[in-house]
Amino acid sequence: MSSQAPIEYRAIGSIRGPLIVVQDVDGVGWDEVAEIRLSTGELRHGTVLDVDRDLAVVEVLEGTAGMRLDSARVAFSGSPMQVPVGEGWLGRACNGRGEPIDGGPPITGGERRPVAGTPINPAQRAAPNEAILTGVSAIDGLATLVRGQKLPVFSVGGLPHLELAAQIAAQAHVAGEPFAIVFAALGLPHADVHSVRSVLERRAQLGDLALFINTADDPVVERIVTPRVALTVAEHLAFERGRHVLVVIADLTNYCEAVRQVSAARGEIPSRRGYPGYLYSDLASLLERAGRIKGLPGSLTQLPVLTMPAGDITHPVPDVTGYITEGQLVLSPELYARGISPPLDALGSLSRLMRHGAGPGLTREDHLEISAQLYGIAARARQAADLAEVVGEDALSDADRSYLRARTTFEREFLTQSFGEARSVEQTLDRAWAVASLLAPEELSMISPPTLEARYRPASRDGAPDPTR
Amino acid sequence: MSGAVVTRVNGPVVELSAGEGLAMRDLVFVGPEQLPGEVIALEATRAIVQIYEYTGGLRPGDRVHGSGGPLTVELGPGLLGGVFDGVLRPLHSVGPHIERGGASRTLSEERNWRFVPTIGIGDLVTSGSKLGTLPESAAIDHHVLVPIGVEGRVEWIVPEGDYHVGDVVARVGGHELGLSQRWPVHRPRPVSARLPPAEPLVTGQRVLDLLFPVARGSTAAIPGGFGTGKTVALQQIAKWCDAAVIVYVGCGERGNELADVLQEFEALKDPRTGQSLLDRTVLIANTSNMPVMAREASVYTGVAVAEYYRDMGHDAVVIADSTSRWAEALRELASRTGELPAEEGYPAGLSSALANFYERAGRVRTLDGAIASVTVLGAVSPPGGDLTEPVTSHTRRFVRAVWSLDRDLAYARHYPAVSWRDSSARDSDGLATWQAEHGDPGWGERRTQTLRLLTDADRVESIAQLVGADSLPASERLTLRVARLLREGVLQQSAVLPGDEYTTPAKQRALLELVLEVHARMQALLEGGTPIARLDAFDLSPVVSARFETTPEGAAEVNQIATELIGALDSLEGRR
Repeated sequence: MSSQAPIEYRAIGSIRGPLIVVQDVDGVGWDEVAEIRLSTGELRHGTVLDVDRDLAVVEVLEGTAGMRLDSARVAFSGSPMQVPVGEGWLGRACNGRGEPIDGGPPITGGERRPVAGTPINPAQRAAPNEAILTGVSAIDGLATLVRGQKLPVFSVGGLPHLELAAQIAAQAHVAGEPFAIVFAALGLPHADVHSVRSVLERRAQLGDLALFINTADDPVVERIVTPRVALTVAEHLAFERGRHVLVVIADLTNYCEAVRQVSAARGEIPSRRGYPGYLYSDLASLLERAGRIKGLPGSLTQLPVLTMPAGDITHPVPDVTGYITEGQLVLSPELYARGISPPLDALGSLSRLMRHGAGPGLTREDHLEISAQLYGIAARARQAADLAEVVGEDALSDADRSYLRARTTFEREFLTQSFGEARSVEQTLDRAWAVASLLAPEELSMISPPTLEARYRPASRDGAPDPTR
Repeated sequence: MSGAVVTRVNGPVVELSAGEGLAMRDLVFVGPEQLPGEVIALEATRAIVQIYEYTGGLRPGDRVHGSGGPLTVELGPGLLGGVFDGVLRPLHSVGPHIERGGASRTLSEERNWRFVPTIGIGDLVTSGSKLGTLPESAAIDHHVLVPIGVEGRVEWIVPEGDYHVGDVVARVGGHELGLSQRWPVHRPRPVSARLPPAEPLVTGQRVLDLLFPVARGSTAAIPGGFGTGKTVALQQIAKWCDAAVIVYVGCGERGNELADVLQEFEALKDPRTGQSLLDRTVLIANTSNMPVMAREASVYTGVAVAEYYRDMGHDAVVIADSTSRWAEALRELASRTGELPAEEGYPAGLSSALANFYERAGRVRTLDGAIASVTVLGAVSPPGGDLTEPVTSHTRRFVRAVWSLDRDLAYARHYPAVSWRDSSARDSDGLATWQAEHGDPGWGERRTQTLRLLTDADRVESIAQLVGADSLPASERLTLRVARLLREGVLQQSAVLPGDEYTTPAKQRALLELVLEVHARMQALLEGGTPIARLDAFDLSPVVSARFETTPEGAAEVNQIATELIGALDSLEGRR
């Protein structure tokens, strides 16, 4: 391990999926990094998944295609995987293992950190407060993203979740404090990567964006490493360089597929739908790297995007994720079909930490009240819509009809927003009030009288009952 | 034990070359960093160990040291107000990240404790009897007990004074005793007798105390999918329930939640003692990103701490959030050791492991003769909200109360989202008797009536969705309205409004009686010929706001509101 050149092993006992079994090894540790040199001279990388006396099971990041039992040479590095950290990553685009794909030189740095990370001491965590503003009304207004939070986007294939993620990555800010975006693409098609990169062009030029890209045709196993590399870089920027870092990971479902594939190749006992029983712990080891630490200025916030297979929120991937994250933003195919974009399902979405990051002294004093009221309106409007389906809209009470009207405005004026439009909190909340002001004041039970007095502005509408009665 | 080396490393599961000299459940230290682990399988030439830390870099050939005994934890003054990991290592004294290795002592050796002996030289004492007392926190007196297995004459004891946990304070039957003692977490601490549950544990949460109560020393499970408010519900119970000591085990859950608990508990005052809530709380944190195997130990560690305080005569409550994550740790372990899976990959021993855990709850007569209890409340996180999955279905068989959280209620922002259809409370009959003996003979009847009303309303609601509420008979429209009143005025409870965070039993009773009285009067008015439209026009909003516009202790204020409202209702009859 010390100063001598590492020993090269030539005996590969078997190859199965992304795994190789190296024989006659000595002194190889668990989770160590391996370098595999093929007879063609090509270099591949791997990590040790299991070491049993003189046998080591190695997961090959670039895949095993073209490997032969008799012609590869394997060397072990003596330690678990590490990456260089520092500001050098900002403004750069790399593949899923951190090698540049932008024509620039390799990223080096004085310091290296293990990609596995070390768990944040829960007793030293600072409770998240203060928002990251995304400029998207649906998020800022209803489910505010808070620094140190992990808030996923649950979507379905065919919905514009990537456009939304790219918009957030392009627009997000923390009111002038040092900020950075780390974007990790996992198994995305080239076309999607291209459009994401073009949206983020300006941010990259400003030097506060690090990009890690694993495309759909890149090696599957590499996807297991990509988020860890990205998070290690982000942690350093956050907790050692004092920046507020937002990590966007898309698509987390592809990551889980990779975990399942490796698990199957190892012959592990599956739990739900073939996913390994440790999927929860594995995802938590990524997502729990979000947070704030007492006495340190920076923060690490995560916004993972995942597609729910068959739109099923009880599928293991969204289910396990939802148990780890502090809320979720759910996109709805039904809304999108009606032309509402971004199609955020208000009732299914929730930011658990919102009350710590929004409201008086943080965003605007009426924020929590009006957002609670919008949820209330959405819930009541849904009941009214369900009832209208049965008895017809004409048979609804005046109040129910006013809820349906408010819902229409909510969807068209508040939710609907182009992917290039950034709205300030003021603009977002004013639009929220335009919705609430369509209802009679006594319907607005979640708003205190002083706030109502200050913000309630009914528009005069023809044929509508006088809202002040 | 000499010469045992690592032969295989498979994540947190490590195989050793020799099982000789080791016992099942022995604590061992592995590799150059002395990673702690526990023996979980033994063969003549092989032992399997679960390691409580990340095993990266550990390799075959690394050496192993045995501790010579099972996993034990140190119990003594200084636990209250502290934050510990799953094997009771203090987290307050560690840096921002948890590095591995490191065996720091549970209890601070620097702190001074004012120890007052309660026995004298020559007294005969047995295991579990009291040596003396010290004020551990403003809320709790800590009784120093003779350790289990020690008895005899007191040969020597210190006078009243300030001592550290490491100091010897007495000698009994040849044993030198300090302020702390060690205990193997997997072994229940002995008691002199187990007693049947009798008195209620008042949680301060109305839906629980009124409809699905749990007795001291009993068990309850809280199954709920994500987003149903499970953690908030548990935290509310941890804050406001009337136990003396709370052991909160964050097992495989979110780190930010724990930071939140710490911050809030420090700031909040216990309404009964006026002291910081942290003063009666022990936090055990094994968040989801901390080593999985320590999760397995953490729930037992929590129960052992609770039993320790129980043995001093206190009522303790263990809150385990979440037992599903603990069960997953068992599953991961079983999978890595090649055990045959039973259901969904869980080992066949899952149900007995759950039973053993919940059976450590109980109301007991301690070895010292006091009546005390450990109540165990476990959160269950069913995958996909599926209540038929193994952990949920087995847990339901072993617990006395089930507080099932309902996604539809949570969706409608009805919190706590405890379902009246899927929840149950096997202690309720016994507690009705207790209530009757303690001045409230109507308690059981009110509970039955309330549950019937809610069930009736559910049935009527489903009809109303088909035909419209307006086509229902007047009495059924009244049922719907009163059920809504019950939900909004009694069952829903805010976790943030100061008047509503918790409610004393007297105010709970007043609120429920108010709604039931309104129902009775309105029924009478209907039968007497008052048109339903007149009743519909009657403003019942004071009933809804009574819960938060009065203080938590405001039974008298609620009764005042009731008197005025019922008076107004009665005058309807007059004006007919």
